Amino acid sequence: MLLGPSLTVSLILFSIGVAGVLIRRNAIIVFMCIELMLNAVNLSFIALAQQLGREGQVIVFFVMAVAAAEATVGLAIMIAIYRHKNSLNVTELNLLRG
Amino acid sequence: MPASVGWVWLVIVLPFLGFLVNGTLSFVRPDAKRVVSAVGVGVLALSFVVALVVTGGVVAHPPHGHPYVLTLWSWMPAGSLQIDAALQVDQLSTVMMLVVTGISTLIHIFSIGYMREDPGYPRYFAYLNLFVFFMLILVLGASFPVMFVGWEGVGLCSYLLIGFWYENKPFADAGKKAFIMNRIGDFGFLVAMFMIFHATGSLSFVTVFEEAPQLFAVGGTTITLITLALFMGCTGKSAQIPLFTWLPDAMAGPTPVSALIHAATMVTAGVYLVARANVLFAMAPVSSLVVAATGAATALFAATIAVKQWDIKKVLAYSTISQLGYMFMGVGVGAYAAGIFHLTTHAFFKALLFLGSGSVIHALHHAFHATHRHDDAQDMRNMGGLRRYMPWTAALMWIATLAIAGVPGFSGFFSKDEILAMTFARGQEAGVFYVLWIVGAVAALLTAFYMTRMMLYTFHGPTRTGEEEERHLHEAPWVMTGPLLFLGIGSVVAGVLNLPAVLPGSGWLHHFLEPVTEGSTAYLPEFHLASATEWALLGLATLIAAAGILGAWNFLKPALLQPASLATPESGLQRILLRKWYVDEIYDALVIRPIMWLSERTFWKVVDVGVIDGVLVNGSAKTARAVGWIGSRLQSGRVATYVFFFVLGSILVLRALLR
Repeated sequence: MLLGPSLTVSLILFSIGVAGVLIRRNAIIVFMCIELMLNAVNLSFIALAQQLGREGQVIVFFVMAVAAAEATVGLAIMIAIYRHKNSLNVTELNLLRG
Repeated sequence: MPASVGWVWLVIVLPFLGFLVNGTLSFVRPDAKRVVSAVGVGVLALSFVVALVVTGGVVAHPPHGHPYVLTLWSWMPAGSLQIDAALQVDQLSTVMMLVVTGISTLIHIFSIGYMREDPGYPRYFAYLNLFVFFMLILVLGASFPVMFVGWEGVGLCSYLLIGFWYENKPFADAGKKAFIMNRIGDFGFLVAMFMIFHATGSLSFVTVFEEAPQLFAVGGTTITLITLALFMGCTGKSAQIPLFTWLPDAMAGPTPVSALIHAATMVTAGVYLVARANVLFAMAPVSSLVVAATGAATALFAATIAVKQWDIKKVLAYSTISQLGYMFMGVGVGAYAAGIFHLTTHAFFKALLFLGSGSVIHALHHAFHATHRHDDAQDMRNMGGLRRYMPWTAALMWIATLAIAGVPGFSGFFSKDEILAMTFARGQEAGVFYVLWIVGAVAALLTAFYMTRMMLYTFHGPTRTGEEEERHLHEAPWVMTGPLLFLGIGSVVAGVLNLPAVLPGSGWLHHFLEPVTEGSTAYLPEFHLASATEWALLGLATLIAAAGILGAWNFLKPALLQPASLATPESGLQRILLRKWYVDEIYDALVIRPIMWLSERTFWKVVDVGVIDGVLVNGSAKTARAVGWIGSRLQSGRVATYVFFFVLGSILVLRALLR
């Protein structure tokens, strides 16, 4: 019965991920923080699946698959951006400014 | 209803047909003057003949109690408001119909000569026909709204004809002035209609006048307000204090128009309205007193101005206002038949005077035109001695002058005397009527004086037109003097319609109109004058007329008069009278300028520029722009900002869901 501590860890991981996305400027770090958030969600899924049934564990596999696909596309975009701007600083990527 | 009365619609339709034909011709064939004259005069003559037939029916089978009402169609069926397009034929509308069609026919004939050389000839006759059409609707309408259609229509035609020579800005302005001042009065008429409908649930004359005694308390607030509002309409249309200043300016129109609209017919509509609503006015003694007092005041006030005018048409215009004042005095004291009697006789002699002045102006205009002079053809100082050149016009205008001055035997003597005698008779009841009588008598003295003055300066003494011009002066053609002859006969004999009580065969018109006025007799004291008193009043009226005429004859010296261009300006009281007591200037200072000031400083600079333009139009644009600016600041292009708001939003949504 590790539900409480598991969810707490999940919450902490998720918060770190959110804070990273908001604060960090390097696109790679921002990307890693997104992964962190996904995995925080995965952790809470698994913890809750112990109590509520296996469907939660199945969802985790989906998330991992989507995250892998996202990582592929995301990293490819980042390589393209780096070639274009010679930087991965997200504050400089503001071409759509109003 | 007798079969002949059923033809009354034709009286109205004929002038309208004339308007359609002449109106079309004014666009298609402006030069077809013969056709225009034939149509313009022909429809009026036919209309007069039909009116005579209808009158024959009414005289043979007089309606008792209920007037003949000819319902043409349902005009405004809206819930409890049921208004029919209906015509009412009774003794009063018959008299008015005859006056309107008869005088109109003569004036149309006169116009053929007077307007012969005018390029707007077909347009003139189209307007004149249209005017007669609306005037007949006014006098024949069987309900207040139908009458109001005519009331507004004659106002429109008056505006169109005053500004007939619209290329001349003062003339066009005079038309606008007449229209706007009439609107002020019309507001009163409208308010009165709303109040009548609110109180009685109907607007037709028959219903309203029959139910009024049950619905209203005699002298009550409602009936007093209704009648005062109606009278406000009358002051505008009939040029009474305070709304009279448009009528002198209306002389800008062609002279036959002044004769028809601004002397004989349209301006008497107010008198007709009071006589028509005699039950309502008799039930409101306060309003009736206001009517009589306004009439008396106007009669005297306008007469004083007429004493010092130089423009021959202005003299006649103020004379008209003054005579209309007498009519209101008559209907105000409850002598409705006497008011209508004076209306009828006045239509004859004032139309004659105006048409005669038209002949004079016509002759002078031609003389000045022949020698290329640009003097005022209407200024009496440029006239003088014209009886040598225009004997017919002079003789006929003298007849009208004697009639309006109240010389015994002429029509004006009987009608004016009856009004004054009735006012005197009411004096036994309240002293204020004696005051009104004195005011009326003084105005009568002034009337005799200023009319004689006008005749002296125009037709007597040396000719001041200039030697060159004298050779071009000539009598008007028969087409112009012919109608004058008929009007002259009318001015002499119309008095027999209603002779004073002391003479044999007296009071025919009074008895004829009794079915119309009998509803009001219950609320009025009985007019009774001892035979001796009546003779004394007749004698006094004769003395007043004689004093006015002889006073002017001895006191004024036409030989000493200078032509207008050489005359020295007046001073003192004469100047005040010449400038019409500065009424126009006072209105300008008290009404027009404050309104202009208010419009400019408040409605334009503050309400329009500040509130509507500033706050509403530009304000809404500025608000949209400010909101757009805030929105555009959010589009920073920085992912972190978007994510921040996304997270913030998610938290808020979650918080709302989990609460």
